[in-house]
Amino acid sequence: MNINTVYQILGLIVVASPAVLLAVLGLPALLGKPLTESAQGHFTRAAVLSGLVAALVVLGMMLTFDSRHVSIELGNWVEIEPEHFHFHMKFVFDRLSVPFAILSFVLCGTVGAFASNYLHRESGYQRFFLLYAVFLLGMVVSSLAGTIETLFFGWELVGLSSALLVAFFHERPGPVRNGHRIWSVYRVADAAFLIAALTLHHLTGAGDFDGLMGTGPWPEGVAAIDSRHALIVGLLLLVAAAGKSGMVPFSGWLPRAMEGPTPSSAVFYGALSVHLGTYLLLRVSPMLEVSLPLSIAVVALGLVSAVCGTLASRVQSDVKNALAFSSLTQVGIITVEIGLGFRYLALIHMIGHACLRTLQLLRSPSVLKDFQLLENAVGEHLTASPGFWNSLLSRRHLDFLYRFSLERGYLDSLLNEYVVRPFVAVFRWCDRQERRWTGFAGGGESRESDRIAVYGDSLEDVL
Amino acid sequence: MSELHLPWLELAVLIPLVGSLWVAFLRSHTVARAHSIVFCVLALLCAVGEWIDFSTLHSFEAHDHWDVLASTFHRDVLVVDELSAPLLPLGAMLYLMTVLTTLSTKVNRFSFGWTLFSESILLATLSCREPWAIIALMSVATVPPLLEMRFRKHSTRFYCLHMGLFIALMVAGQALVPAGASALNPPVIAGCLLTAGALLRSGITPLHCWMTDLFEKATFGTALLFVTPMTGAYAVMRLVLPIAPDWALQWIAIVSLFTSVYAAGMALVQHEARRFFCYVFLSHSSLVLVGLEMVTPLGLAGALCVWLSVGISLLGFGLTLRSVEARTGRLSLDSFHGLYEHAQVLAGLFLLTGLASIGFPGTIGFVGTELLVEGAVEVYPLVGLAVVLAAMLNGVAVVLAYFRVFTGTRHQASVSLHCRLSERIAILVLTVLILGGGLYPQPGAASRYHAAVALMEHRGDTTSSQHVVDDAGQSSIAPQQPTSQAGLLAKTHPH
Repeated sequence: MNINTVYQILGLIVVASPAVLLAVLGLPALLGKPLTESAQGHFTRAAVLSGLVAALVVLGMMLTFDSRHVSIELGNWVEIEPEHFHFHMKFVFDRLSVPFAILSFVLCGTVGAFASNYLHRESGYQRFFLLYAVFLLGMVVSSLAGTIETLFFGWELVGLSSALLVAFFHERPGPVRNGHRIWSVYRVADAAFLIAALTLHHLTGAGDFDGLMGTGPWPEGVAAIDSRHALIVGLLLLVAAAGKSGMVPFSGWLPRAMEGPTPSSAVFYGALSVHLGTYLLLRVSPMLEVSLPLSIAVVALGLVSAVCGTLASRVQSDVKNALAFSSLTQVGIITVEIGLGFRYLALIHMIGHACLRTLQLLRSPSVLKDFQLLENAVGEHLTASPGFWNSLLSRRHLDFLYRFSLERGYLDSLLNEYVVRPFVAVFRWCDRQERRWTGFAGGGESRESDRIAVYGDSLEDVL
Repeated sequence: MSELHLPWLELAVLIPLVGSLWVAFLRSHTVARAHSIVFCVLALLCAVGEWIDFSTLHSFEAHDHWDVLASTFHRDVLVVDELSAPLLPLGAMLYLMTVLTTLSTKVNRFSFGWTLFSESILLATLSCREPWAIIALMSVATVPPLLEMRFRKHSTRFYCLHMGLFIALMVAGQALVPAGASALNPPVIAGCLLTAGALLRSGITPLHCWMTDLFEKATFGTALLFVTPMTGAYAVMRLVLPIAPDWALQWIAIVSLFTSVYAAGMALVQHEARRFFCYVFLSHSSLVLVGLEMVTPLGLAGALCVWLSVGISLLGFGLTLRSVEARTGRLSLDSFHGLYEHAQVLAGLFLLTGLASIGFPGTIGFVGTELLVEGAVEVYPLVGLAVVLAAMLNGVAVVLAYFRVFTGTRHQASVSLHCRLSERIAILVLTVLILGGGLYPQPGAASRYHAAVALMEHRGDTTSSQHVVDDAGQSSIAPQQPTSQAGLLAKTHPH
């Protein structure tokens, strides 16, 4: 057995372990025979541990044998050779993907252990762990993706599981509305990602990152497209990243995401999901060097997001929201680092921030107790001292900043006013015209569905 | 022409026809349902047998063994080819699943006799390539929904107006097609009339309102079975594609694309579940037409894949809505219903089928949508963007409906609303098809690409080069030779 075979086996274990977990949790649910809580916990632990150990062994071998780039080829998932259409399944272990995959396993494992107690006897326990398995699979596939199609595959799984977990407490309308809002933003991001992937296919003939970013290992690759095309594709990917990481102008979904249970808030929106956009930018970072305007756009977006995040985090009255906007600040700074070319710094920042934020969010239900413990230890009440800006800005400016921060930069209002409302108004007008036409040509009232009572004809009424 | 080993086509058409007569004499609706299931299973088995048999022949087209119709009329009336081979099992499955999931609360208002009759007509239409026979069968197929609406004492004026116009356009168009018409020598007026008729039947904007009217007035099952087989698209393939020039097809694609985006937007503002489903379906079926008219092998292959994936996924989506309706009555989307705790499996299927329809990764719709977008981008890059936009809006609409129907509140029920055994079977079959086709898509994609290349060759539409399809289903590029359609087919398909 040579070293490449060992890499192949370990690589497959890393990818297959969350896939097997999803199958094990999903099939019994489909058949209406869900597993017990303890069985789900055991399977989850086994899957996370096997994936983590395999990833750590891969890391150890790469360090030992000084391998900087290991490819796991699974062949073409779909292939139409005459049209040169390939859906290539390939996973890559390099200095970017291995740390991120290990981070995903560590944080998901921690949160899985926390959630099995936190959600004990909760009616949605099974649903949580099923979505958890989808999320873990999505994160691992996204982290290790060697082609843009594979990354899109994982990206979509992460998006779906995140939106459904926000709506976890689905007997209340609030979480459900927030889950749908997040899903809508993700769909915009996904559309931008898909268009970027298609554009890449047309420009390079394949979506392979190796071909796109040159043959050098990350981060030394050189992009194989010209600056104009890099700008177009890069801007589309920037929109996708902004949507996924909750950057401006999509940052309105971050506080909404906190409606989910604390474990999912911690691992998804505080730690992993929120960094997936920046991970994407890091993955295609050689493209930034080809186009200066693209780098400037990345830095600008990061700066604006960081400023918005830090302002909004200071006026939140809820600890989870404050942490969410603090995450946005750090994500903005990481984006600036990527735009400036500090790739290793961005990677280290991302890992450190994800770990810290997970810890903070998992402690957030006990924040009052922690605060009291701190005050007892200090021996007095903690008071907030006037900040640096209070001495520099007038009262009027401070009030404006406060309102601006409290309204989260008016971003949600702007999106509602200038995107959602006109869209709905146009289609409602079309709906009214259709009603008039069907009424006129049909010779009478055409919409009997308008008179439907919610449960007017229910089985229970009949009984 | 190649010959199947058994008379699969005739059996597939005859079994439901006999079944419709048999069931009409049964007084008990419950017994009629049970017998209808048996007839539908038999029809499906014949259709699947036809598909398997045909695929072993490696031929572009084939007719029945012991073809009674051919020996009577001296013409190959029932013929299966690359296009229709998988559509027959799909059509038979649509009917079986619908009959299987009809609950006892609905058996009194759902006519099993007419349903089996419609199935027979559908399978005959899909087995038929004769233009006049297709028009006649499609005209007859408009009758059962009409009778049902009359029986339910609903106004049928709007439906009659549109279906009458559809039949008139098709008849007039076909009457004006001269002998020897082809894409190189297109009959413009006839082509326009046939195109208008087929697009009307497909519900292309602004001729789509009959479809929402049908969903308002007919039973959900009947409306579902009338639209989901996409016979309008089939008419386009059989009657319009052979005689329409490329520019005309690309214009049809653009009109269809507009419909797709428009319907996706309309789905988002609907207040009621059936209308919502109708627009979601319309958006997807228009996407199929977009690909069909792109006149590129990749776009056509994508459309054929999406045809199957949309047929399966939106069938499941519609049947789930129908099952929920059977428990609660017509569903308003203005409020939350919170049915998740009572119908978890239905909720799962609703989400799965909805996501499959929008081409979510890992489901049957993913590869088809990718191929379609890729094919569209080849012709007009902006068209590809619009397809992505439509998919995006549909994705938002599907999850919105899921949240409205299954979440948002806690539904109090004093009776069990859980899935019945027949529903569970249907759900399991659909889930296996959706996930199986999604996780192992290569055979489906290769088969549909093979069909697309063969159809384009059949149309004689290759320009600078032509694709040669060998027996193993592989395609290669060969220098163009000016051959007739028959010569070309004889060359590429030695069978």
